Amino acid sequence: MSPILFELLLRSIWETVLMTAASGLISLVFGLPLGLALIATERGGIAENLWVNRVLGAVINGFRSVPFIILLVALIPVTRLIVGTSIGTWAAIVPLSITATPYYARIAEVSLREVDHGLIEAARAMGGNRWTIIREVLVPEALPGIVAGFTVTLVTLVGASAMAGAIGAGGLGDLAIRYGYQRFETSVMVAVVVVLIVLVCGIQWVGDRLVARLDRRG
Amino acid sequence: MNQHVTATIDNTDDADARAQDVVRLVELKRRFGPTAALDGISLTVRKGEILGIIGRSGAGKSTLIRCLNGLERPDTGDVFIEGREISRLSERELQPLRRRIGMIFQHFNLLSAKTVEDNVALPLKIEGLPKAERLRRAAELLELVGLSEKAKAYPVSLSGGQKQRVGIARALAGRPALLLSDEATSALDPETTRSILALLKDINRQLGLTILLITHEMEVIRSIADRVAVIDAGRIVEEGPVWSVFADPQSNITKRLLGTIRPQLPDELAARLRPLAGAQTMLRVDVAGEAARGPLLSDLAKTVPGAFRLVHGGIDHIQREPVGTLFLSIPGGDAGHLAEVIAFLESRQARVEVLGHVADPV
Repeated sequence: MSPILFELLLRSIWETVLMTAASGLISLVFGLPLGLALIATERGGIAENLWVNRVLGAVINGFRSVPFIILLVALIPVTRLIVGTSIGTWAAIVPLSITATPYYARIAEVSLREVDHGLIEAARAMGGNRWTIIREVLVPEALPGIVAGFTVTLVTLVGASAMAGAIGAGGLGDLAIRYGYQRFETSVMVAVVVVLIVLVCGIQWVGDRLVARLDRRG
Repeated sequence: MNQHVTATIDNTDDADARAQDVVRLVELKRRFGPTAALDGISLTVRKGEILGIIGRSGAGKSTLIRCLNGLERPDTGDVFIEGREISRLSERELQPLRRRIGMIFQHFNLLSAKTVEDNVALPLKIEGLPKAERLRRAAELLELVGLSEKAKAYPVSLSGGQKQRVGIARALAGRPALLLSDEATSALDPETTRSILALLKDINRQLGLTILLITHEMEVIRSIADRVAVIDAGRIVEEGPVWSVFADPQSNITKRLLGTIRPQLPDELAARLRPLAGAQTMLRVDVAGEAARGPLLSDLAKTVPGAFRLVHGGIDHIQREPVGTLFLSIPGGDAGHLAEVIAFLESRQARVEVLGHVADPV
């Protein structure tokens, strides 16, 4: 591989890591509260409100049912509004975040639902309010699942970011298409695949280690 | 309703007694769809006593205990806690009140992500106490329940009995006026059950803490309750001091619940009982109080000449009152002798039942 291609590879790795990390963080910040809102408003939840629950669920399903490549294009006006441009790595973070947030909200919802209802009852019996239940019971008890789910979301984002090349976001996927596929640079293709495998394995390894440390459920 | 209940109603008419009531329930009703979980429950729990509520599963016990701290709301009826009606308070108004009421659970409900001391300190955190004070109080409570060395451990490393001790420490953290126990020993083995019940009794004595416990095991009632209320299909069918309910159960439900812990005629003998007169007549003699305290059998031997044999049975002590059941076998053939034996026993306040006759000597 030529030094120029190697430099391109390094830049692509950085772009992929940036896109994954930024949109992952955003999906965590918005997805976890969304997951909490889904759990809290469902029947028998700590803030039961079926109407809100249905609307939230419908919006999440709506976003989740649109394929990412379409969302990427359809969200161009929104991206322009937020970032100022619809092209480049930063521009790709907007649709990536918007697709990952509902995805992560559903994963968080599943983990939060697994928290034993008896624990919520115990917190209520102690005189805890909703905030106490969220902060002391739901989130800490579901934390292993929340972290494991975040790991899954990050890995999904690594894959999704490969498509972001379509709006000039760069990244490893873009490099593989333009150099590895269209210019028959097999070494680039192989390098990208190896890097992606290492990246995904690394994310999964860190996630698994974290979950093992957090899990006190035995 | 029966004699035990009448006794309690008389007591609650007394205004002084009412001021001492930690809990007073008036005609609580609660339906879940077509079934009535609570069908007009009226009950009082006096300061410092241990009231046991027993019933089969599905009798409405869990709904009842949850009405006392507002986790469940009755459809109609009043729940007075320390004189204040709480069943129509908002969730926010209930929160400070719940801090006056500790609760322990069948499955302990400890937070797995928190250490033992943080679990115990959680009610204090909710109350807003500073951290140093919370941990100091948690240490005190862990010492009380004998788990000081586990302060930094996580619940997963504890045995069931230890988990329930942590549950008890946590329930006591807010210095409650009332402790609710929801089948607290049902998930524990008999030996651990005994140690947990002994701890609850200690706490009741040392701190003067009022305890209301629900259970489906008479053994629990027997070992720690002062009074018992038997609940079935959402109604209280029997209520009274434990020893008196044990000595003379009125309802069939109570008799059935008592079945396992009251002496029964061994199956092998019971199978040989016939309604027709035979060589031996089998008597069941229930004794309590004075009848059980005196030298009943030696007096019987002295007063009524003739042989009798103690086949099975024994005297138990419930709330320091002797309560027991004896199975006597009397040689048959002489109806007059049998009548004399029964007359003597009844004159000593024993309750006698002729179970049947056995053809061969036992």
